[in-house]
Amino acid sequence: MDLHLSDAQPTAEERGAVDAVLGEPESGWDGGRRDAARDGHVALGGGAHAAEARRHLLLPALQALQRAAGWISEGGLTYVCARLTVPPAEAWGVATFYGLLATEQRPRRMLHVCDDIACRTRGSRAVVEALEREVGPACHGGCEGVSGHDGSGPGGWLPSPCLGLCDQAPAALLTVAGPRPFERLVGAVTPVDAVALVKGRAVVPERSRPLLPQRGDPSLWLLGRVGVVDPTDLAAYEASGGYRALRRALAKGPEAVLREILASRLVGRGGAAFPALRKWEAVARQIEHPHYVICNADESEPGSFKDRVLLEEDPFNIVEAMTIAGFAVGAERGFVYLRGEYPLAAARMEHAIAAAREARYLGRDVLGAEIAFDIEIRRGSGAYVCGEETAIFNSIEGLRGEPRNKPPFPADAGLWGKPTLVNNVETLASVPLIVLNGGANFASTGTGDSTGTKLFCLSGAVERPGVYEVPFGTTLRAVLDLAGAPPPAAAAKDGRGLVAVLLGGAAGTFVRGDATDFPLTFEGARAAGATLGAGVVMAFDHTADLTDVLLRIAAFFRDESCGQCVPCRVGTVRQEEALHRLAAGKPLGTAAAELALLEEIGTAMKDASICGLGQTASFAVESAIRLGLFGGGKGGRKARGRTAR
Amino acid sequence: MTVAIETGKTVALTVDGAAVTVPEGSTVLDACRAAGRDIPTLCFLETLHPVNVCRVCVVEVEGSRVLVPSCSRAAAPGMKVRTDTPRVRHSRKMVLEFLASSVDLSTAPRVAEWLAEYGCRPERYGPEASAAEADERDRAVAGHHAAPGDGARATVAQPVKVDNDLYVRDYGKCILCYKCVEACGADHQNTFAIAVAGRGFGARISTELAVPLPDSACVYCGNCIAVCPTGALMFKTERDRRDAGTWDESRQHVTQTICPYCGVGCTLELRVQDNEIVRVTSPLDHSISHGNLCIKGRFGWRFVENRAAGRHADD
Amino acid sequence: MFGAGGGTTSYRELEETDVIFLWGANPREAHPIIYHHVLKAVRRGARLYAVDPRRTSSARWADVWMGLNVGTDIALANAMAHVIVREGLEHREFVANATTGFDAYRAAVERYTPEYAERVTGVPADVIREAARTYARAPRAVICWTLGITEHHNAVDNVLALINLSLITGHVGRYGSGLSPFRGQNNVQGGGDMGALPNKLVGFQDPLDPVVKARFEKAWGVKLPDKNGWNITGMFEAMERGELRGLYVIGENPAQSEADQHRTRKLLGALEHLVVQDIFLTETAKLADVVLPAAASWAEGEGTVTNSERRVQRVRAALQPPGQARDELWIVAQIARRLGADWGTPTAESVWNEVRKMAPHMFGGMSYRRLEELGGIQWPCPDERHPGTQFLHARLWETPRGGPAAPLSVVEHDPPVELPDAEYPFQLTTGRRLDSYNTGVQTEGYASPLRRDMLEVSPEDAARLGVAEGDRVRVASRRGSVVAPVHVEEGLRPGLVFMPIHGQEDLRVNLLTIDATDPKSGTAEFKACAVRIEPVAAGAVAAAGAGGGRR
Repeated sequence: MDLHLSDAQPTAEERGAVDAVLGEPESGWDGGRRDAARDGHVALGGGAHAAEARRHLLLPALQALQRAAGWISEGGLTYVCARLTVPPAEAWGVATFYGLLATEQRPRRMLHVCDDIACRTRGSRAVVEALEREVGPACHGGCEGVSGHDGSGPGGWLPSPCLGLCDQAPAALLTVAGPRPFERLVGAVTPVDAVALVKGRAVVPERSRPLLPQRGDPSLWLLGRVGVVDPTDLAAYEASGGYRALRRALAKGPEAVLREILASRLVGRGGAAFPALRKWEAVARQIEHPHYVICNADESEPGSFKDRVLLEEDPFNIVEAMTIAGFAVGAERGFVYLRGEYPLAAARMEHAIAAAREARYLGRDVLGAEIAFDIEIRRGSGAYVCGEETAIFNSIEGLRGEPRNKPPFPADAGLWGKPTLVNNVETLASVPLIVLNGGANFASTGTGDSTGTKLFCLSGAVERPGVYEVPFGTTLRAVLDLAGAPPPAAAAKDGRGLVAVLLGGAAGTFVRGDATDFPLTFEGARAAGATLGAGVVMAFDHTADLTDVLLRIAAFFRDESCGQCVPCRVGTVRQEEALHRLAAGKPLGTAAAELALLEEIGTAMKDASICGLGQTASFAVESAIRLGLFGGGKGGRKARGRTAR
Repeated sequence: MTVAIETGKTVALTVDGAAVTVPEGSTVLDACRAAGRDIPTLCFLETLHPVNVCRVCVVEVEGSRVLVPSCSRAAAPGMKVRTDTPRVRHSRKMVLEFLASSVDLSTAPRVAEWLAEYGCRPERYGPEASAAEADERDRAVAGHHAAPGDGARATVAQPVKVDNDLYVRDYGKCILCYKCVEACGADHQNTFAIAVAGRGFGARISTELAVPLPDSACVYCGNCIAVCPTGALMFKTERDRRDAGTWDESRQHVTQTICPYCGVGCTLELRVQDNEIVRVTSPLDHSISHGNLCIKGRFGWRFVENRAAGRHADD
Repeated sequence: MFGAGGGTTSYRELEETDVIFLWGANPREAHPIIYHHVLKAVRRGARLYAVDPRRTSSARWADVWMGLNVGTDIALANAMAHVIVREGLEHREFVANATTGFDAYRAAVERYTPEYAERVTGVPADVIREAARTYARAPRAVICWTLGITEHHNAVDNVLALINLSLITGHVGRYGSGLSPFRGQNNVQGGGDMGALPNKLVGFQDPLDPVVKARFEKAWGVKLPDKNGWNITGMFEAMERGELRGLYVIGENPAQSEADQHRTRKLLGALEHLVVQDIFLTETAKLADVVLPAAASWAEGEGTVTNSERRVQRVRAALQPPGQARDELWIVAQIARRLGADWGTPTAESVWNEVRKMAPHMFGGMSYRRLEELGGIQWPCPDERHPGTQFLHARLWETPRGGPAAPLSVVEHDPPVELPDAEYPFQLTTGRRLDSYNTGVQTEGYASPLRRDMLEVSPEDAARLGVAEGDRVRVASRRGSVVAPVHVEEGLRPGLVFMPIHGQEDLRVNLLTIDATDPKSGTAEFKACAVRIEPVAAGAVAAAGAGGGRR
């Protein structure tokens, strides 16, 4: 392609980091040293076809630059474009799409401080204030006054959307770029810790709390190995029953696997609650090849962290599940699309895949069965919308992570336009036990329409935050009690106690603290006017500022909208503006008119947006208004269950 | 691009209760138009792949949970399409209102008519926030924005970009329909000088690092201008006349002829006012150019005027 | 081809073919909208080969760029033929049924081994083999070329070498397979169609054929000459001999466009009478005794032009011509009247209808009404029910074959006349840039941000010469010299330099080019001459610029 490349050159560090991902260049025409004798007479692979085949390496290459230099410089970007034959404007479009990629120079040491809803109720504001005071303003780029571009001295900080560490709130992600890049999620960050982390004076341990409140409970299905079996030891995994399901699947054949999935009545756990078999069967039946399997591990729903726990603590189970899925639907390649904010999960999965490959659980000849299957990890870079299944395709393909219009559905035309099975981590996690114990056995737990067990992410005003596994049909109150949530405020004379629960996540719905006695099933939640979404159960007591929480949710959707379709791109802005006007007690016209406007905005977003992000961006706001949880106006900032109307 | 597969087969469906038959491969929009429905569109163009992002063409299709973008959905047998239900009208109105409240639509053909038809009141979102500084929007960081402050509504207002003598980019008029990106990219020109950058409301059309066009890959074919539905991209000749108040469509006529340069034979549509060429386009439905031209065809006609001014004769 | 002067395929077929060879063509810049059709094919999955000494913007899209040495096209084409024949990849049935001369051709390409060709062309032998196989095995394939093939002293042989490849593989005369020379000017095809050639009448009819001659003499009521005229090279030779003493130039600028300008200008200056009809006061017009200011036919006049896919299309008047400029048809008719032939007041349509009448086999079905309705029609179109012809030579596939067989021609490698040597160590080649056109007279009228009239040199040569982007150098050939700023271009290899043909004033590349012409076609070897390059000291630049400027 006739690219127009600037003269800017990469640093040796940047070049090395990119070459580590892409391999050495083949000629002077793709960024290597020019050999006039050969390069002057022939160029191979510079055309559009080779460029298309390499495009999927764009995001990994940009991430390599980010890890090496802390930002994507012009020289680095140009080098990646030359290596991959990607037009610089397109690469720029991709680089500027992701929150974790910097396109202006930032300090090499950056602390991304979660200020999202769960952390907000657990002290993140104090952390932010301390950083503003001791370090300076948040550094989006440039960062006058903050040194450390060369890796020395203090770094910078940025507020971040939910980091998936809500059980250890407040959370932060430390990233240090350089020859030995370092990333770590840290929990229970105090203001003092945060300042020390930015200034490079401390390393805070990864965890602040017990791994799993239910650890060791023999009734656990999905969490049975968590905290019990070493997640880095394949032999230990095998000893705990691992890979028996894959052997059984290989012995019985793909149709038998599909029959068990059918019998299990497994429903997707990612939020949309779609019957798993329908996807599996649709992909398996496609004549068009190749087929792909994608594990959606882009868990980014504010308040959700269950997938992280599964990936970190039982990674072989996900690898095994994907292998079974690949076998059942006729795919030879699988991808784990893993959010960029989960470094430990990435490392554990990387290790598990390598160990499985070594043991011939993956590769050209899985267990000698003449079945090929292998898995690659692709990491996100800070974009909630990439959890949308079609946005994953675009992100892996090296395009902007914008969702596609459906139809066509992934089973017909997914990754690279080929039939693709996309399942959430938790959905896949159920697969080995379904294959091993039989679908009927799985379906015997839970309810008729919601079979098996479900993971819930308890956070906020609870004594024992964490991931809980319960059979479908357990009531919300029972789950809250497991985690030690207070009794409803409405029942207390002093007004203290549980005011509200955010169920499902930012894209979910609020329920009142005194209306939690309904079963947690897809149908039960629907009947209660709620949704299980991603399994988020975030509790708010009388001390929570629900107006602030709603404003943060509105800001979240505005930040995370990909910007593609008008209803979501502008609707999320108008929604946030109206909420701010109400919160400030300065409605345009009457407050009732503003509430009506919010409803109009929400309806258009629901009806006309391309993807689930826009379609659900008003759910939490609308439910809060409906339940009278939105304070609106001065003096109403603390939630007291008072209606805003 | 509507890929009309000429199979000779047809698809029968209903639009607002009336039976319509269209060739296989037609879209719902094709069917609606065949049924005589005037569906507004902004990001749709016959010669480009539908991106279905503006959502102004949405319709109701029985059995679909959400509204359906008619420009890209294939017409299917037995489909029941409704083009004018309250639900459809609401989304259309909101989309138009969202756009009118955030973008300068003063030079977008037909939009004023639609705003009136759907009863849009962009002012109900509050007073306009002050315009961005030059380059401010180009530096917006994904995932971050300043909280709404004084009750004003955010817009994309910003200074016009004038960095060459051939055309201007007024992104305060950009609705982010992706058409220019598609025309510059894989659909036609394959130059990829521009792409969508950033995210959310901070998304914008940009060159790499937002460099001026002369530092970019731009080859000034003007194929982006030709597809722009709002006048955000405009020939400098037209922009100058509009700014001077001398743009007068009632005094203009369009004549088709063939480009005087190379031997490809592109049809030019010369828009002439006062015996001066003020804009050059090419017909979308011509098998050679599909609406596209190169820099010479688009801008290389000035010699006719220069000659009139006697420049060469005086040499 | 094979007698008919037009490309065999259509643009639409380019989109749907499987393999495209761009051979001595840079359509990304010189034919941008044709390149859109090429890119559609590429996006569909077609393989693209670019054969060009430079890695041009077109070549950068190619799956394989074959950067041959300037003027070694026949060696490369014959080597491809060698591989095809040796590996039995030729289309035997087509060769047997539709061609003649295969045995001689096979014998001739025997010595063109890929290894030999690698030594001559610089293109690795394995790459040549792969290209040959891909072309031969492709279900459909098109070879496209432009002036990189024809602006050589052996232009016709170059073209024949490519035609040979299409004939032995059967890649001609079928939908999606063919030969496609892209025309450089909007009506160069139409000029030929209309008989603006020294040896053809309208519709490529032979004026020496007694039947044809009689028919035209009857229709026009005049006696026609018994011999062909001169082509432009022949005219200048006739001027040199003193046989040609008066010249009527319409819309040409030979004082700038011909190779070896010093000689051209001397000859034009020595004419007894020079009439120039043009829309500009060109360099040639400045030498004229009489200048006839003409309307710009594409925007101020009516008529037709024919494009590179043989499509006849209407041009229309959108503007009033300025000052005393007049419609060209009116001027010609006035001159005819002054010369004693009253043609009345012909209109574009009345002239066109005469064309249809005199060349019905080509244009009979192309009424103005139909041209408008169909957006142009591809010739031949003999009657009003005929849709026009998308591709030529389908007859070669008919059983029994329609018309005569297509001859395979033995052609041999013959290097450029002037090769680099110790005194003039660089090979200069020339070409177009996207934003400019021919001698630049029209395109200098608009402010192109892309304009770059510079001497392009490889990074290695720039380093060796000690020059950087924008530095000025003196470029000298045996015929003249210019001073030009340098552009460092990685698409060039050491020893090869490039200059666009559009330069004005002291950047006129034809002060350097060689007047070595192909005896068969009369085209000059604009694509190859030897030059030397010397950096110009900063102080000397001003002097050189002032001296070389137009006054």
